[in-house]
Amino acid sequence: MVMAAAESQFHVLAVDDSIIDRKLIERLLKTSSYRAVTTVDSGSKALEFLGLLGDDDHGNPNQPCICTNHSQEVAVNLVITDYCMPGMTGYDLLKRIKESSSLRNIPVVIMSSENVPSRISRCLQEGAEEFFLKPVRLSDLNKLKTHMMKSKCKNHQMPENLEDPERPEESTATSSPSAETSEFQSPQSQPQLKQQQQQQSQANNSNNNKRKAVEEGLSPDRARPRYSNDLTVVSN
Amino acid sequence: MEVGQLQKSFVDYTASLFREGFLDGQFSQLQQLQDESNPDFVVEVVSLFFEDSDKLLNDLTRALDQQNIDFKKVDAHVHQLKGSSSSIGAQRVKNACVAFRNFCEEQNVEACLRCLHQVKQEYLLVKSKLETLFTLEQQIITAGGAIPMME
Repeated sequence: MVMAAAESQFHVLAVDDSIIDRKLIERLLKTSSYRAVTTVDSGSKALEFLGLLGDDDHGNPNQPCICTNHSQEVAVNLVITDYCMPGMTGYDLLKRIKESSSLRNIPVVIMSSENVPSRISRCLQEGAEEFFLKPVRLSDLNKLKTHMMKSKCKNHQMPENLEDPERPEESTATSSPSAETSEFQSPQSQPQLKQQQQQQSQANNSNNNKRKAVEEGLSPDRARPRYSNDLTVVSN
Repeated sequence: MEVGQLQKSFVDYTASLFREGFLDGQFSQLQQLQDESNPDFVVEVVSLFFEDSDKLLNDLTRALDQQNIDFKKVDAHVHQLKGSSSSIGAQRVKNACVAFRNFCEEQNVEACLRCLHQVKQEYLLVKSKLETLFTLEQQIITAGGAIPMME
């Protein structure tokens, strides 16, 4: 574990234009042990928070740090964003983040109330970590954590950061603030992403599991069908 | 009324709301997110839903009252209402919104107006029922009891 990371908390930025969904995702994230959660109501505010609008490099307190060997600032470790938002969509935001040299390693999760396979694959191809169907549940976030822990351990480039390949606990932000470093990087290895894409396209083809890339199966206690009646195709 | 009685009423009432389709599993999710550190979570989220929906329904009424209806705008409002009702588990409202959107796509004014009426009805129903539920909860707490966790 990089020493400087001890000062930082695992920080999630949630983006959604719906106040109800913001409240919900914030509670879900906190229940899922993400210590610091910031919610904003638009893509442009998200970029502002991430330091992408205006001058970003020096002296900006919101500058997220990817390599925090030297920095003590709070980093944004995960962006979770709604897809359908007025102005900048979640996809647009994803693109902006992935096109930014300073931010591209931040994992981005997309949420959507609509199950549109082409939308899902487009987001994954653009580099989204996962795609969640709304309403998002605690189990989704728990799976995300496991997924991110595994990715991090496989792909972390810092030689001194030798994590156990499989941590017993799912929670990455445990009572110790250093549990998750601020220099968390999204999986950089293409095979990981390709695997997700393949899984996703297989899932789409099989019509079985559109929920998200790494969904392992529906939990039996779901009282209702996973996919709503809404098969409206939305032109993107 | 003694606590046990109130708790039973609460359990029965909640069960009926699920049985009759007013609420779905998402509402249970909300309840599970409530704990000692966030004892009012459900009430808070639902209150936000009420505020948001009141506004949306007004906007929808206005939008459908125009000479030249902007169906994209109407659809956007319904989409929002569908999302928020889904997020709190207000199943009937959500389903009414699904039907509504189909007619928006068809640009069928008459049908849209009927749908709006339907959505309003469902919304007022679930609102009233949730308010009853919250009142029951409050009575339990006042009587010194704990809110039963629903399975």
